[in-house]
Amino acid sequence: MQLIKSDINIDFIGKQKIGFILSVLFILLSIGSLIVHKGPNYGIDFVGGTIIQIKFSEQVPVGKIRSGLSDIGFNNASVQNFGADHDNEFLIRTSNLAMTDKGLSQSIKDAVMASTGIAPEIRRVEMVGPQVGKDLREKALLAIFYSLLFITIYISGRFELKWILSGVTAGSLMTAVYFLSIFNVSMAVLITAALAVTLALFWTLRLKYAMGAIVALLHDVLITIGIFSILDLDFSLPIIAALLTIIGYSLNDTIIVFDRLRENIKGSEKTDSLPLLFNKSINGTLSRTILTSLTTLIVLFALYFLGGEIIHNFAFAMIIGVIIGTYSSIFVASPIVLLAHKR
Amino acid sequence: MKPFTFKSVSIIGVILAAVVFLLPTFFNCWPHKKINLGLDLRGGMHLVLEVQNIKAVEAEMERTIQEIKKQLRKEGVKHLGISRLNDNSILAKFSDGDDKSGFETVLSKNFEHLVTQKPHMDNNIVSYKLTLPEEEMENLKKMATEQALETIRNRIDEFGVSEPDIRIQGGNRILLQLPGIKDPERAKDLIGKTAQLTFQIVDEDADVNSAINGTPPVGDEILYQTKYNAGSSVPIKTPFLIKKRILLDGSLLTDARVEFDQFQQPQIGIEFNRKGARIFDRITGENIQKRLAIVLDKTVYSAPVIQDRIAGGKARITGNFTLDEAKDLAIALRAGSLPAPVRIIEERTVGPTLGADSIRTGLMSMIAGGFLVILFMVIYYKNAGLIADLALVINIILIGGGLAAFQANLTLPGIAGIILTIGMAVDANVIIYERIREELRSGKTALASVNAGFERAALTILDANVTTLIAALVLYQFGTGAIRGFAVTLCLGIMASLFTSLIVSRGIFNFVLKNKPSRKLSI
Repeated sequence: MQLIKSDINIDFIGKQKIGFILSVLFILLSIGSLIVHKGPNYGIDFVGGTIIQIKFSEQVPVGKIRSGLSDIGFNNASVQNFGADHDNEFLIRTSNLAMTDKGLSQSIKDAVMASTGIAPEIRRVEMVGPQVGKDLREKALLAIFYSLLFITIYISGRFELKWILSGVTAGSLMTAVYFLSIFNVSMAVLITAALAVTLALFWTLRLKYAMGAIVALLHDVLITIGIFSILDLDFSLPIIAALLTIIGYSLNDTIIVFDRLRENIKGSEKTDSLPLLFNKSINGTLSRTILTSLTTLIVLFALYFLGGEIIHNFAFAMIIGVIIGTYSSIFVASPIVLLAHKR
Repeated sequence: MKPFTFKSVSIIGVILAAVVFLLPTFFNCWPHKKINLGLDLRGGMHLVLEVQNIKAVEAEMERTIQEIKKQLRKEGVKHLGISRLNDNSILAKFSDGDDKSGFETVLSKNFEHLVTQKPHMDNNIVSYKLTLPEEEMENLKKMATEQALETIRNRIDEFGVSEPDIRIQGGNRILLQLPGIKDPERAKDLIGKTAQLTFQIVDEDADVNSAINGTPPVGDEILYQTKYNAGSSVPIKTPFLIKKRILLDGSLLTDARVEFDQFQQPQIGIEFNRKGARIFDRITGENIQKRLAIVLDKTVYSAPVIQDRIAGGKARITGNFTLDEAKDLAIALRAGSLPAPVRIIEERTVGPTLGADSIRTGLMSMIAGGFLVILFMVIYYKNAGLIADLALVINIILIGGGLAAFQANLTLPGIAGIILTIGMAVDANVIIYERIREELRSGKTALASVNAGFERAALTILDANVTTLIAALVLYQFGTGAIRGFAVTLCLGIMASLFTSLIVSRGIFNFVLKNKPSRKLSI
């Protein structure tokens, strides 16, 4: 069986303008949404707070839960349906950390029982203090930064066989970050600066494949975060895990295309035939690019639909990441390598 | 082809080893190491406590001040006030002359470890600023954290939690993992109790109410007693004016037990060691007809009037305890007090029913995803797809064996990692097979195509997996708890899929082709 015919020949490079417009549009939307919402919609993992998951044995109107909570002064608590309607499960989220005499979850249980007349089962309690939230936020950013850094070193070393050059890049980058961190700059600024420096270095050092790969990665991560922001979904620790996996995984497709590119480009460095070679490489690897993403998407959809509510957002982030990663390996990574070649 | 080459033997050896490690999870057999389930799957509580160890330093400075005053009394030196400042240094004032030199003698004789700054002279009053050396301060803090860990461990052991994991997590934080805990609120209450028991005299010379509105007399503090009337949940707080000086504390306890009074109301009987008994004997003897307050964590439990000298070192703590409260308090008193208060800064509790649900949905999506992928591979690649599916099954066995062998925790994100691996493991086969198809189209024989396909795809597969592995390793380094479980299964899955796709499935291909070299490839 063949989904994609072996003699397929689509003019991807000729369509790169469409891809470019689409990507820029998505990135602008993402950044716009992040600005409007003042950053990602951080879950309690990153800002602190409490979530309590309760389950009733029968149907209960949300309003009654809310009124029970406001009776004990939790006016700022949000109550959401969790999972399917017939599960009768709810997620209570509050920024309240203070322990009452009986403990927070016990008093919420009592209050909800008083207002609804049914004793809920407390299934899950997560409380994160503001200091821990700050630590986790910092750790998450560092994790993203380090994985990008190490992957950059690996890609530039492997694809351009310039291990020393990539080592020097990484060394200078880390030194720069170290000196900046002395001045107590916020972590987000630090990472943005580091990435800008990396891209500038790649451009001047002519590490074209590494640059293509990193730009594609940033593109994938930014748009995934952006979609989460647009849909107003909670940005929590599992999402960071998903982002890191996307960083690692979406490179797979890029690597497949790049490997073929190098194979085809060898010996024919004439610029005018380059777009042809790029098209040949992308088309030649198209079936495996699509198929590998397809098998991964199959299991991710299984996870999304059957894995339960807790893992839902994680699966969603991965699905977006895999789809965008596949798209970007064709419409972002390769055109950038071509651009660098033409220089 | 020889049936037992070195390669085929080692492949089978690795798979067998994984099976052996995996078996105890399902049957009761050697090596008896099951796959550990994380707290989010088996239910339990994850807590991070912050030891407010600066309080331990404060307490030490207060003790030092008492000690200095005692020595000064002994030497007949008069001071004009010795107090602790906010930065935990001691300010001591003396009038110039004999007292000044007397203090300096005491200082050099008994308190050499304190760092003294140059004295400040003002109107014939000399003030000294004394501090603990930085190193000693840090040491005190470290000790407080370690001691808190030890105390909490003792309390948890007495409370009865199987396989608790309690450890210091950098600086002043303590991480507790308590699987299968039944009553999380009660456990939290017990862990968080400072359990600082002190005996102090009630100051009856001054009026409490005027102290509340103004400032309490020097050396006194206002503490409250909390009571509930029968049938009401509104607390009634009674203020007491208590002398700050601690006559006796809980460190000299040998035992604390739940007892019942004549109304079957629980109370706690405590017993002091010989030194404690002697002190108790003396203070009750010296304070007859005064009220002795029994203070626990800055709350007055009772303040009986001392009728007579009490020998034997036994006392009772009464209050409106429920039986559980009394039990927990007795545990806390037996296990000892915390050297500094602790605060819960992170809590993740999962009830047992949710854990079971997570296992069920996790397994269900794993089976569904796996089935679909297996089906897809067979339809798309026919017999070659079967080989990929066999490799996939081996892959999952390897991950399971690895989890059991390394005794890593399987968490819900960990199951997600395995599911993801199922999708990613066949990627390697897809890359190889697409390459083989390409080689076949260029007119090569089956064997040549297979060899070329594996060789040319190997590097690509390696690259693709290394980048994911880098991300997984970074995640392992920075992740905690459940997320770390994801990193573990992802790492295991990547390594297993490299093994199964590049070595195992190639071995199967070679085996099939070498036995029937003329056969057409079903791919």
